[in-house]
Amino acid sequence: MRVTCPCCGERDYGEFSIYGDASRQRPHIDDTDFEAWYDYVYIRPNPKGRHQEFWHHIQGCRQWLVVDRDTVTHEVYGVALARDVVTLPDAPAATPEEAK
Amino acid sequence: MTHYSWFSVFAKALGGNKGWDRAWRDPEPKAAYDVIIVGGGGHGLATAYYLAKEHGITNVAVLEKGWLGGGNTGRNTTIIRSNYMIDGNTHFYEKSLKLWEGLSKDLNYNAMVSHRKIYNLFHSPSQMEGFAKRYNIMRSCGIDGEILNREEVMKVLPYLDYSPNARFPVYGAASQPRAGTARHDAVAWGYARGADMRGVDLIQNCEVTGYQRDASGAVVGVQTTRGDIKAKKVGIAVAGHTSQLAEMAGLNLPIESHLLQAFVSEPYKPLIDTVITFGAGHFYISQSDKGGLVFGGDLDGYNSFAQRGNFHLIDHLLPEGKAMVPCLSRLRFQRTWGGIMDMTMDGSPIICKSPVDGLYINGGWCYGGFKATPGSGWCFAHTIANDRPHEFNSKLTLDRFRRGYALDEKGAGPMPGWH
Repeated sequence: MRVTCPCCGERDYGEFSIYGDASRQRPHIDDTDFEAWYDYVYIRPNPKGRHQEFWHHIQGCRQWLVVDRDTVTHEVYGVALARDVVTLPDAPAATPEEAK
Repeated sequence: MTHYSWFSVFAKALGGNKGWDRAWRDPEPKAAYDVIIVGGGGHGLATAYYLAKEHGITNVAVLEKGWLGGGNTGRNTTIIRSNYMIDGNTHFYEKSLKLWEGLSKDLNYNAMVSHRKIYNLFHSPSQMEGFAKRYNIMRSCGIDGEILNREEVMKVLPYLDYSPNARFPVYGAASQPRAGTARHDAVAWGYARGADMRGVDLIQNCEVTGYQRDASGAVVGVQTTRGDIKAKKVGIAVAGHTSQLAEMAGLNLPIESHLLQAFVSEPYKPLIDTVITFGAGHFYISQSDKGGLVFGGDLDGYNSFAQRGNFHLIDHLLPEGKAMVPCLSRLRFQRTWGGIMDMTMDGSPIICKSPVDGLYINGGWCYGGFKATPGSGWCFAHTIANDRPHEFNSKLTLDRFRRGYALDEKGAGPMPGWH
């Protein structure tokens, strides 16, 4: 498998550390709903087909990426920087400086 | 069906090996069964066998989408052992090992079970303490196990690297003498023949595409590529596809499917007469009766349903083997193949009634399913026949995650790729 890192270009998959499923949304830290947390921690959609997953370019730019990959053919459809596509429900609002 | 004996083998050999019966029938599916087992691998066939033998339930069909034993039963590294520590796993795997001990005689089929021991190498005093804890717990449960120091290991495994240059010097080993290997295909074929002789229908090339549900939502049958079949109870034992079969019933499971490779070298004179695991990395090796060195290690690391691996892992694994057994460097490796593992969130399996009435789940074997084949079938048959688990699988439930009773031998947390 080869993954085109947004920072480093096309790289061998051995340079990456794979963290797994990126499709789940972590509940808000103040959310006390048991089912929401159980789902987040333990349940996986495990699709046979396209799968969103976190990859860490550990031997490259060390950026966290979200890779859109097929679990049957191993074809990679797209790669994005995780910070661009993942939103956390309890993340503090960006300051005007950071927003720039 | 012919009862196999030395006499029947000898007589048929004199007659030019003509006139052998089929080992099992090839029936058309009936309209209804008491129990349908989805998946004709070792676990499914063993379940059908024990349903018939232990519980007298013979109106059973095993539905297999390909051919019998063509999934992970035919793609593993054939090791059997019961060196587990956590309550819930320990007695279950020991039950399985006890069934292995009498299996060939029980099945009237040579499963080539060989109790050739396993040696878990360790490379530091603290690692020894970890193994001593595990093996002491095993011994307190009546399971055999012993700890060897470096000098004792040098006597039994003289071909390891004991030189001053060894990258990870051997400190000692934990050993389970009753562990060993078995002939993987023969296990599936023996269970298939035993089940068939007791009246179970083995139906190949029959893929389950959905379930029939009644008004209350209970599963009352399956839809297949060979037509609809009714059943009072449906059990799934489908190796890497448990998520897919459960999803058809509306269940989302704590499982991811991952890819595990296994390897075999060119045939070689007898060298390794046991099973050895490396303590400084994930590598294990044994030698088949044909002479090929059979070895394996970690998962490739990403979710996959492709039965083929990548080079990166091979590149990682072969140096581990050489660090442990230097003479391997002169061997060519011959084949590699991949299997799809149901990886659960704690690395332990699931054998239980599902939340859907009429549906029973046997899955999540991670990469330890082969050794569990007899015990898994035995416990799953008990669970299906009695509608409640046996004591041996009472902790291998689906709801253990919800209740906080995960059985995490490695302590890796809910990260299926890390177990």
